Amino acid sequence: MAQSTVGSAPKTGPRDAAAVERARRMGRRHRNWHQILIYASLTTGALAFLIPLAWMVSTSLKPEDQLYVFPPIWIPRMLQWSNYSKVWESVPWWVYTRNSVFLTAVNIIGNLLGSSLAAFSLARLRYPGRTLFFLIMLSTMMVPYWVTIIPTFILFRTLKWTNTYLPLIVPAYFAVPFYTFLMRQYFMGISRELEDAARLDGASTFRIYAQLVMPLARPALATVAIFSFVAQWNDLINPLIYINDQSKYTIAVGLAGFQNNYRVFMNHMMAAATMALLPVLIVYFVFQRLFIQGIVMSVSKG
Amino acid sequence: MVGATKRSGMARREALEGYIFLLPWLLGFLFFSIGPIVASFGISMTNWQVGLPIKYAGFANYAEMLTKDRLFWQSLKVTANYSLLALPAGIIVALSMALLLNQKAYGLGIYRTIYYLPSVCSGVAVSFLWLWILNNQFGLLNWFLSLLGIESIGWLLEPRWALPALAVMSLWGSGGLMIIYLSSLQAIPVEMYEAANLDGAGPIQRFVSITLPMLSPTIMFNLVTGIIAVFQTFTAAWIMTNGGPSFATYFYVLHLYFTAFQYARMGYACGMAWVLFVIVLVLTALVLRSSSYWVFYAGEAE
Repeated sequence: MAQSTVGSAPKTGPRDAAAVERARRMGRRHRNWHQILIYASLTTGALAFLIPLAWMVSTSLKPEDQLYVFPPIWIPRMLQWSNYSKVWESVPWWVYTRNSVFLTAVNIIGNLLGSSLAAFSLARLRYPGRTLFFLIMLSTMMVPYWVTIIPTFILFRTLKWTNTYLPLIVPAYFAVPFYTFLMRQYFMGISRELEDAARLDGASTFRIYAQLVMPLARPALATVAIFSFVAQWNDLINPLIYINDQSKYTIAVGLAGFQNNYRVFMNHMMAAATMALLPVLIVYFVFQRLFIQGIVMSVSKG
Repeated sequence: MVGATKRSGMARREALEGYIFLLPWLLGFLFFSIGPIVASFGISMTNWQVGLPIKYAGFANYAEMLTKDRLFWQSLKVTANYSLLALPAGIIVALSMALLLNQKAYGLGIYRTIYYLPSVCSGVAVSFLWLWILNNQFGLLNWFLSLLGIESIGWLLEPRWALPALAVMSLWGSGGLMIIYLSSLQAIPVEMYEAANLDGAGPIQRFVSITLPMLSPTIMFNLVTGIIAVFQTFTAAWIMTNGGPSFATYFYVLHLYFTAFQYARMGYACGMAWVLFVIVLVLTALVLRSSSYWVFYAGEAE
């Protein structure tokens, strides 16, 4: 777990009072400069990271005549909120949003179900070949999606699934190695005693999975849900290759369509970008700890 | 005796349940991982082009790739150059941020939130945002450079600046890497620094002889996963430059994408997927090799 390190006041022993006082004063001055330097660097960095997003929001509210000027105008002289409604009028943004929300929700459920079943098996049940399966799963985590994309595409095309949501949904219900790995690590830490007690009471394996392990693993499930949300919300390549009808576009594909439309002004584009990023930003600010926990979990035990 | 058979019966039952729970992964592995990888190789041995009869072609696709396809080599070159540019820069930026956040100061949590924020934003919206920031006439980056007295640069318009431009953009998302370094930094035992202090080591010496060696496994791991990630760079290149100008940002998977989904040359694209697979295999082997060094380091430390 990466915790923010909060400094505690250093302690000094009372020996030679005057010398200690002198040293302390020097040390304090030194420390002050040190602190100022740290905060200056931290703040510079923070500005560098925040300015692009601020610029996006600022641009999204500008009238056309303040867009293409140099030096740039930071705060629009008049906030043109209609840029946002323009996006809703010019493209079926509502349809894109509905599709994205639907696909994201269905995929999160699939990821949680499929991966947790496999993770439960790898973490809590004993059988020949378990370690081997786990190692194979770990090695497939390194295989880029692009290695398998074409045969998978051919498979779904043969099944006549193109231009439907099936290729975007069905794979999520099979265990995703990365999510399975995260959950397995968490499941391993759940006490055996509880499980043994439940077994003595005659609980079946499925009940132990559903009513004991899953409720206890809520933090791991939440972490996976959040990763799954971000991955699905931002996914471009899958809807791009499988979906043809505009009525089935997600936000990512719909937004990509702006690219070839030279009549789109930058303020409308940034309004659309802001709307596309907003859900991710909200989820980030609410569940920030889970993001960080997930990243740390994924490397510390890998 | 009865107990033994009962126990083995239970073990058999547990094994059966283990496989059943593992099914989501086993089937997923079969249909979406190993199946496509094997099928990919089969397809790469044909001249399959959608709409034309399929003929066995032997290694002709690979031969064409290696000897005739200049875009294949260009895409490899672009991907390699970009790795050389973006990965070291990313490591330096992420490590510096992690070092800053590892200091003793108040309010570091807020800074961590801000630094990590851009890495959850990805995809099409971010590509559009940076298209605007990198705009040669009205973009923020050129405005900032003009404050330093540097003349405006045609970031995405000039072949020699296009890759650096994308690298700058990627630095904005270094937060994920930073979290990894931060957790590695916090795992370094404080006693090591205290011992170095007693030996009179200065801050630079402490960094070079303790921090860097202790972080080297993380750095190595990040380097290799970073190269694999660069080999999957699609959205930014497709949205922002479409591989241009003059193929300066023609990433490997962009070539793969165009080959498969624009020219419908499935056989050839599968060959490219296999080459990608082999590259990743070699890189993964490198990580495993390097991990023996870091085990050695950790053993040394204790």
